[in-house]
Amino acid sequence: MSVSMSKEKAKIGSLRAKDIIITAIIVIICVVSILPLYILIVNSTRAGQDITSNGVSLIPGLNLFKNIGTLQDWTSTGKVEYNALTGYVNSGIIALSTTFLTVLFSGMTAYGIVVYDFKLKNAAYTFILAVMMIPVQVTSVGFYQFMAKIGLTDSYIPLILPAIAAPAIVFFMRQSMKSTFPLEIVEAARIDGCGEYRTFFTIAIPMMKPAFAVQAIFAFVSNWNNYYMPSMILISRNKSQMTLPMMVNTILSNDKLADFGAKYAAIMLSIVPVVIVYLIFSKFIVEGVALGGVKE
Amino acid sequence: MANTSGKRVRSISYAKYGYLFILPFFVIYIVFQIYPLFNTFYLSTQSNGTTQTEFVGMDNFKALMIGENATISHGDNAGNKGGRAWRAANGDFKRVMGNTIMLWVGNFIPQILISLVLAAWFTNSLLKIKGKSVYKILMYLPNIITAASSAALFVMLFSGTEFGAINNLLLKWGWIHDPIPFVTGVSQSRVMIMIIQTWMWYGNTTIMLMSGIMGINGSFFEAASIDGATMTQQFFRITLPLLRPILLYTVVTSMIGGLQMFDMPYLYKNGTQITKHVETVAVYIYNHFHSAISPNYGYSAAASVLLFILTAILGAFAFKMNRDKDQKHLKRKKQNKLL
Repeated sequence: MSVSMSKEKAKIGSLRAKDIIITAIIVIICVVSILPLYILIVNSTRAGQDITSNGVSLIPGLNLFKNIGTLQDWTSTGKVEYNALTGYVNSGIIALSTTFLTVLFSGMTAYGIVVYDFKLKNAAYTFILAVMMIPVQVTSVGFYQFMAKIGLTDSYIPLILPAIAAPAIVFFMRQSMKSTFPLEIVEAARIDGCGEYRTFFTIAIPMMKPAFAVQAIFAFVSNWNNYYMPSMILISRNKSQMTLPMMVNTILSNDKLADFGAKYAAIMLSIVPVVIVYLIFSKFIVEGVALGGVKE
Repeated sequence: MANTSGKRVRSISYAKYGYLFILPFFVIYIVFQIYPLFNTFYLSTQSNGTTQTEFVGMDNFKALMIGENATISHGDNAGNKGGRAWRAANGDFKRVMGNTIMLWVGNFIPQILISLVLAAWFTNSLLKIKGKSVYKILMYLPNIITAASSAALFVMLFSGTEFGAINNLLLKWGWIHDPIPFVTGVSQSRVMIMIIQTWMWYGNTTIMLMSGIMGINGSFFEAASIDGATMTQQFFRITLPLLRPILLYTVVTSMIGGLQMFDMPYLYKNGTQITKHVETVAVYIYNHFHSAISPNYGYSAAASVLLFILTAILGAFAFKMNRDKDQKHLKRKKQNKLL
């Protein structure tokens, strides 16, 4: 009796030890994951000469505002094409309008496929599934040449308008509508004399809010972060037009800037908005990833 | 029976709305994706260099796949042969495809191993891990950060002079005598890109695999632990075999993603430095068409067509799996209804 008891205890003891070891490993992995960002934030608060003499420190300095000031000097004297505020505005315009268009029209397309019966319904859905995997790089030569021909380079139109057609998001919206949106409601609305568009806007959208929210967050983040499309279309690199990722990139191509503190501050400023959005919506985002397939 | 016929009668009057709801998507998709796709196919048969276009048949593909100097005869205008108007492609596709595969394999293997172990730990009911949701949030964080900013950060940290943060540290500790060229070195920069890609994506893969493992019937694990199976045995005998479809799906989607790898290989460099050893297919395509003076649409488009074919083959797998998932979903739903 006592033998089996102690055996049991030993088993529990070894499990506890296992819990501790595994938790420790996970914590270490998490620390490694955020360490580069921590060093970034710390270095953006340190004086430039401190960083040159000692590149890595875990203790923040007091020079954050001085570094941002240096950065502003560089901007106003034309040494860099980085201007955080302009970048926020430009990236914000593109990210917000693409998010709005993507979510609204993907929702509409998914709704059309789920709610209505029509001849080409299956063909339309099969088409969306088939083109979902086509990478943007495959069409970008043709896209760019087409835009250059009709004079739409250096314009936001080719960056915003195509957001209306997002096959992957239609796919996910259709999945969630299929499983959570009862078609009986559409029937009921019709009997009450509610028009089809009104049903979509005043009944379906509010009911599908969670699904729309998840897709909106992903669309916003991926458009905010997008480097490929804006750098392809905004070929003249107009300072007033550049998005934040493009501006960050210009910091690297300039070797004459000696103040590392200000450089780190520039990178830090570029990731702050997205990190804030992430921390607010992290629960949605992690759940959204679990639903699968949000891959760029 | 009566029900379906009733539906048919109703559908006649509302079908028009179905078309109206999906119309904007298709109009925009055709203009901004389908037409450019065909335009790419067309451009792949045209010459390179300035805006003049000339039909060259399969020459661009030949130049990309095999490489030949003979393409020079197809220059835009004969006078420009020796000029820098366009660069010849000398079997470039092999090189850039090799880079792409190498960078993908080098980030996928560590990523899937780490993610599998983490996902197995996170979902194991025998283990008591506190703060799981916080760990998941931290692990996914690198994926959400602007790739351009991450690239800039890593270039700063790993810069190849003694002032680069990491080199500075290693020199100070006396581990090295000369700074290591983490950014400019051939193998060093490749390894760095693999590490950065792993760092960016392992959280995403972990979360996806976790939801896969949680989809496995819990009674299997219960029965196994009653029979005295250890954690390791459970992992290899239950989790892995049952996770196979999801693992396969992860591999295929990651491969499709890997074929498009652009941001890190393009941005992880010092300024305007040319980085041929990490030039992926996507970077090659971009470098060739994205030139205001003399875009090489031909080579770029030909590489795109080759990329399209590869993606289509992989995509067909993923497509089939999505379809199966759909059908399984339906089946399960029906079963639930019966229950």
